[in-house]
Amino acid sequence: MTKALLTGNEAIARGAYEYGVSVATAYPGTPSTEILENIAQWKEIRAQWSPNEKVALEVAIGASIAGARALVAMKHVGVNVAADPLFTFTYTGVNGGLVLVSADDPGMHSSQNEQDNRNYARFAKMGLLEPADSQEAKDMIGHALMISERFDVPVMLRTTTRISHSKSLVELGQPQDRTLKEYKKDVRKYVAVPANAKVRTGIKQQRLQEMAEFSEQTELNHIEWNGKHIGVVTSGICYQYVKEALPEASVLKLGFTNPLPLKKIADFAAQVDQLWVVEELDPLMEDQIRAAGIKVHGGKAKLSFVGEYSPSMIRKAVLGMGLEDDPSANAPANASTPALAPAAAPVRPPVLCPGCPHRGPFYALKKNRKRVTGDIGCYTLGASAPLESIDTTICMGASIPVALGIEKARPEEVDNLVAVIGDSTFLHSGITGLIDTVYNKGTTTIMILDNSITAMTGHQHHAATGQTLQGDPTSKVDFEALCRAVGVKRVRVVDAGNLAELDQAIKEETVVREPSVIIARRPCALIVKQTAPRLKVNHDTCVGCRMCMSIGCPAISHADKRSTIDPALCVGCGLCQQVCKFNAIVVEEGQ
Amino acid sequence: MKGIISILLVGVGGQGTILASKILTEVAMRQGYDVKMTEIHGMAQRGGSVVTQVRMGEKVHSPLIEPGQADYIVAFEQLEGLRWMHYLNNHGTVIVNTQRINPMTVITGAAEYPSDALDQIKASAPNMVQLDALEIAKQLGNMRVVNVVLLGAMAKQTNIAKEDWLAALEATVPARLLDINRQAFQAGYDAA
Repeated sequence: MTKALLTGNEAIARGAYEYGVSVATAYPGTPSTEILENIAQWKEIRAQWSPNEKVALEVAIGASIAGARALVAMKHVGVNVAADPLFTFTYTGVNGGLVLVSADDPGMHSSQNEQDNRNYARFAKMGLLEPADSQEAKDMIGHALMISERFDVPVMLRTTTRISHSKSLVELGQPQDRTLKEYKKDVRKYVAVPANAKVRTGIKQQRLQEMAEFSEQTELNHIEWNGKHIGVVTSGICYQYVKEALPEASVLKLGFTNPLPLKKIADFAAQVDQLWVVEELDPLMEDQIRAAGIKVHGGKAKLSFVGEYSPSMIRKAVLGMGLEDDPSANAPANASTPALAPAAAPVRPPVLCPGCPHRGPFYALKKNRKRVTGDIGCYTLGASAPLESIDTTICMGASIPVALGIEKARPEEVDNLVAVIGDSTFLHSGITGLIDTVYNKGTTTIMILDNSITAMTGHQHHAATGQTLQGDPTSKVDFEALCRAVGVKRVRVVDAGNLAELDQAIKEETVVREPSVIIARRPCALIVKQTAPRLKVNHDTCVGCRMCMSIGCPAISHADKRSTIDPALCVGCGLCQQVCKFNAIVVEEGQ
Repeated sequence: MKGIISILLVGVGGQGTILASKILTEVAMRQGYDVKMTEIHGMAQRGGSVVTQVRMGEKVHSPLIEPGQADYIVAFEQLEGLRWMHYLNNHGTVIVNTQRINPMTVITGAAEYPSDALDQIKASAPNMVQLDALEIAKQLGNMRVVNVVLLGAMAKQTNIAKEDWLAALEATVPARLLDINRQAFQAGYDAA
């Protein structure tokens, strides 16, 4: 048996390969992105980036109805975008099995919120699986597809960052057969009009009861007996924390968590002195367990309603002591040595890279004192010091409509207003906002920060890069033509690395009484090979005015009234040269 | 937990902590250990603080290392070493690269880089190895091998045979870069 050390995402991709998935779709989003990137290695699976999660799910639904096993992956907030087709697809049901991977992000390592998407499974009345390591992540793709086909329902596989981005050992298996199921036209099942949906809603309720029976029977939900004093009901990564924190406790490990096996839980509860429910984020299991009349000794109120858990946190809550009090633990060898306190260290926030093409537009916007509605991507970092050029960030695509709303509320401020949005985000959900601006006579200026890639998630292709997920050439969205087609008459393209051009465009476009689009274009500095010569500061002419520090480039530092450029970091973009009033920044000789 | 070796790799986005952790997990697998590794991607990649956690042993449940639990901290940068020092257990070893990278908070003047970071680390670490891995890498002619220089320095502090480290290096690094990485490993090993 071959074993490999895989992340949860790599294991999910492997599961798609082994368990007969034929079509896989996604829009990139941390911590889910690597699932599709890894699936792309198998040509047996037709895999693609879609422009957003709704479209990705709809493509997967089509594949399922056509008889293929399908997988669609997204980050937690992506499910909000995909919720519309999802809620109706639980009425129609599947043909080939469909698994939706929701990668949640408790603790918000790379997200704007920490919503608990297990709620969606309950809300939409679909099956829910929660893997506790990479092996389970792979295996549960198989279970999810089996459950999906057996109960005629889409199934959610819900991971969290610590599953998605943690590696553990996985046994690799052989891929199974990929024969499609037969497709038969079935109007009463797949045409969701009221007459049909009224029938399907009853079927949906019946199916939920059948799934509840399955939940009681399946080995995915099993008891690991130890002492009978403390019993813990848990799922996902919390299972690992509980096993480490409470080696003496008995554990009811739940892998299939919607519907819950309430009889099994009641039976387990009756055999232990104290029942604990350990789950991150919402008390999804705990509320249902309490509502079923089962006495819960401790749960959310003694742990936390927010953020990630950890073994020591669980140990403190349940036993009143931390891991440092564990006599079986390695540390401390000498109990009289106090634990170290965290040292005072200046924070190191993420920054725009040296040569980043977003730096110029934000510098120009700040200089012109604009109010800026922002969006989701690397350029959200334009909100941090020293650029500090963003007023709002809500969700994918919100920049343009939020600007329109500000204009509607305060028409007198429109000259001061710019919406910024990245190329990938514009394709995801920015276009409808632009149409709304034109249709409802908005006059705001929209700036598309076009770095020609989905950068933040690690450089994925999209519909305007000219390449597919697999890197094959394909058609390319023409942003200028698209903006004109929806009715924007003023569309201009500027070099995002040219401050004078940016400044002039912002000044001219914000004062006109019609909507205008500035496309600030320059490819991401991490994907274009450096061709410009590196720069250095001539210390004879540098007067120490700190002007170059105002662009927030990590390659430039300032000490003893002189600026210095780190040659290891500089990519020669020349932005600092453009702001230096003393021509003190010059090309480094001998490159 | 008993019998588990916990290693924290801390640094700045772009310094190569991920490849280092790959080599480490390969070493663990060659010892026949169960192994778990966790790291945070995303926003942190863009020049922010990065941390990778590796745990190995007979059976590893949680991938997380908590304060006071790390047997080894490999700090790719001084300030990051200082930031994570309280994760070291009271017989742990810190391997610290003396390189300094100013965070944006220091660049903008909002904060000051602690000039005594190394002294602070030394004062609180049961065992400390310091080396200028960047300078060593430069002398070898490739600034990108800082990570493997540091792994070489760490290897010397463990009971794991040097051959196992070199085999893991061979299994992880692309063939064309194997030579330079072998040199980097040896240089780190010798400097520690």
